[in-house]
Amino acid sequence: MISLVYAAAFILLAPVVGGLLAGIDRKITAHMQGRVGPSILQPFYDVGKLFEKDKAVVNDTQRFYILSYFIFAIFTGALFFAGGDLLLVIFALTLAEVFLVLGAYAANSPYSHVGAERELIQVMAYEPMVILSAVGMYLVTRSFNVSEIAGFPQLVVIFLPGIFLGFLYTLTIKLRKSPFDISTSHHAHQEIVKGVTTEFSGPNLGFIEVTHWYETVFLLGFVFLFFAANWILGIIAVIIVFLLELYIDNTNARVKWQLAMKSTWVITLIAATVNLAVLAYFVVV
Amino acid sequence: MAYLQKSPWIIHYDASSCNGCDIEILACLTPMYDVERFGIINTGNPKHADVFVVTGSVNEQNRDVIKNIYDQMPDPKVVVAIGICACSGGIFRECYNVAGGIDMLIPVDVYVPGCAARPESIIDGIVKALGILEEKRTALVTGVPREQPAPAVAGEKPAGGV
Repeated sequence: MISLVYAAAFILLAPVVGGLLAGIDRKITAHMQGRVGPSILQPFYDVGKLFEKDKAVVNDTQRFYILSYFIFAIFTGALFFAGGDLLLVIFALTLAEVFLVLGAYAANSPYSHVGAERELIQVMAYEPMVILSAVGMYLVTRSFNVSEIAGFPQLVVIFLPGIFLGFLYTLTIKLRKSPFDISTSHHAHQEIVKGVTTEFSGPNLGFIEVTHWYETVFLLGFVFLFFAANWILGIIAVIIVFLLELYIDNTNARVKWQLAMKSTWVITLIAATVNLAVLAYFVVV
Repeated sequence: MAYLQKSPWIIHYDASSCNGCDIEILACLTPMYDVERFGIINTGNPKHADVFVVTGSVNEQNRDVIKNIYDQMPDPKVVVAIGICACSGGIFRECYNVAGGIDMLIPVDVYVPGCAARPESIIDGIVKALGILEEKRTALVTGVPREQPAPAVAGEKPAGGV
């Protein structure tokens, strides 16, 4: 059953939760580096400021692409939390990502274009793993519906340890954390200026930030799905995963795109497919 | 709203500076001074920036670059000239290749003198710039031009400083 209440809750609460998570992220990162760091509400101040700035656009179509990115990312999360079809959720997520890439290509800037190309490489890198996660969940629960996967009486992660590890590996890409923050970065890496977001300013950039909050909440929701049978364990797992991502972010330098791509596919191939093969064997037998 | 003051993102450009002031600007980002406490982020992108921080003086090589960066920044924006070279040309003022301070080219809102400018006075200068940033935004929203006061000057290094 699709629950509109959960979808509405996601649309309203996800920016608040996502923004707070981003603030906690910056605070913990600062402490890890021996700094005091900004207020936990800093991401909200940043976005508030971006909406106060001048609406300077390089290209009129940019705004359309960014709004599409925003809307499809919300659609992704809303469908997920409403208990919809997991495959549709994943395809909507990819569509949102494609709009971001189109937005970056819309401006005639080399940095923006390099960022867009790297973003496409990232999509290529993580997409097989995300699809295989859905396949794995289907093999265990016999359903692609999030509501039925969440209602499965046993912990899904027990059957899918390899897929869970592979998903964690790609999560670093999706959360735009080091070592895989190759297409853009929130921090002071300036190798390709700001990658995909280089040509966005003011309110458009604000929309990208808010979209990222929505995505963060959706992704942590996906992590929760592995533990949905025991929600206390699920919340603990989500917190541990989030802290682990921060730790990885702060202890790793950015890698080249070749390594990001190869390592993700190797992990997908080993962890996910072996897991699936074993699972399929037991299902058949 | 005062979001603008709480989240100033800077872009730093080294116009023919000797690197002395640049090192001091980077020192502001270290755990010792940690300007991210105030939401200040050193972004490398003029389109994301609110505060243009320039060190060094204008010469023929960087004239176009400074103008270009300034023009790419979305309004409201402020310019902070760090170090005596950026303020007036400093000891290089009389050189045949130097045009003078940054204000020869673009309007400067805050001058931070010093050779090299201390991190304390740089932070003071940025904080002074935030007030001007807010005034500029009010002018932009209401359409009433801002009164043009004399540009602010950041405090000198505190006695017995680090």
